[in-house]
Amino acid sequence: MSKPIVATTSLAGCFGCHMSLLDIDDRILELVELVDFNKSPIDDIKEFTQMCDIGLIEGGCCNSENIHVLKDFRKNCKILVSLGECAIMGGLPAMRNNIPIKECLEEAYLNGPSTKDANPEGILPNDEELPIILDKVYPCHEIVKIDYYLPGCPPTADLIWNALVALVTGDEMKLPYEVIKFD
Amino acid sequence: MSLIKRIFSSKTEENISGEQKKEYSENEDHKNTNKSNVMNDKIKFTIDGKECKADKGANLVEAAKANGIFIPTLCHLEGVKPAGSCRICNVKINGRFMTACTTEIADGMMIENNTTDIQELRNIIIETLFVSGNHYCPACEKSGNCELQALGYRYKMLVPRFPFEFEEKVVDASTPKIFIDRNRCILCKRCVRSLKTKDGKSIFAINGRGHKAMINIDHELANKMTDEEAQNAMDTCPVGSILKKERGYVDPIGSRKYDKKPIGSEIESVNK
Repeated sequence: MSKPIVATTSLAGCFGCHMSLLDIDDRILELVELVDFNKSPIDDIKEFTQMCDIGLIEGGCCNSENIHVLKDFRKNCKILVSLGECAIMGGLPAMRNNIPIKECLEEAYLNGPSTKDANPEGILPNDEELPIILDKVYPCHEIVKIDYYLPGCPPTADLIWNALVALVTGDEMKLPYEVIKFD
Repeated sequence: MSLIKRIFSSKTEENISGEQKKEYSENEDHKNTNKSNVMNDKIKFTIDGKECKADKGANLVEAAKANGIFIPTLCHLEGVKPAGSCRICNVKINGRFMTACTTEIADGMMIENNTTDIQELRNIIIETLFVSGNHYCPACEKSGNCELQALGYRYKMLVPRFPFEFEEKVVDASTPKIFIDRNRCILCKRCVRSLKTKDGKSIFAINGRGHKAMINIDHELANKMTDEEAQNAMDTCPVGSILKKERGYVDPIGSRKYDKKPIGSEIESVNK
């Protein structure tokens, strides 16, 4: 039987969840025995080349590209897992949810201490090649159906490992107290 | 009265320091010689079928605690008149839902605490609180010491079942010693009920009703707060809504209150 295939992505996240996945240390050798990777920043495969079994989603949706990628993952993965606070509830990027977009852009490109003098023409990025920023940051499960959730900022390596092993082997997942954290 | 004083003034066994404890247990031995008398003061009841005894006049949260049983609370604070506002301590007494903190223990009560339907109700309350405020745990100085978060951990909340509201809330950072972050406030009224000035004036109050209700401070009184009072206010708040300024993330991850042990485990480890 061929190995289950895993795909991963980071949407509006900081790559911390991917770092935590790498924190499984030497178990990564077991992991490559257990699964194959497809589209993922870990192996730098940019597009899906086959149907995957498990998709790990880091980060929420803050722009049109995030939505596109997330829908692509839903189409190409049998099981989707929200990995970390940002995917689950928007996380720190969602702290802008009560600030109007105009104010956010002005703070970032016109009035911020590092951009104030560097942008004398007062240009806001508005190229058609750029993804459009959304009115707010959305949790992944408000865009597509998500099957499982692993909280944490980042989720502990043990939590990610336990979840992957449980998904691959079909055994019940171990959830000791220490592995569930929201920070 | 400071929180520490308040805790020490309450008469639960685990809050009494070593020396006092010795004295207390000697008294207890003395009492046991007149066993019949003592027994008459104790009230008998059951929690999930376990036979329990408690002092007359105790509320159900305290009575359960004295028997090594944890009933979760958020708004309840020992030594302060219960408000029953958070509903997390809901139990079934003789078949009816009641809040444990506002119910005085009575003889022969049959209490259900740890059953699937009550647990489901509590999970719903926790999840509702998480979606109705803006709880960004990774960006909160109270994280790891937060009682709401700790209940989420204890009951293994992976995601709230309700949509996040992302409602706009205003932060009040205008006083010198404390922040009021309404994003995290669960309107438990602990601060309103327990934090007073020496002459009995309230520093905190709730403005508005229902959906518009929000916590507010008397700026004049809050301006006079000492460092100790500010820390006490922060410790009183079950979440990260009242934070002491210039404190930051003092406890490293791993050594905070609920990093290793679930909330309530200190109660359950007694009498076992």
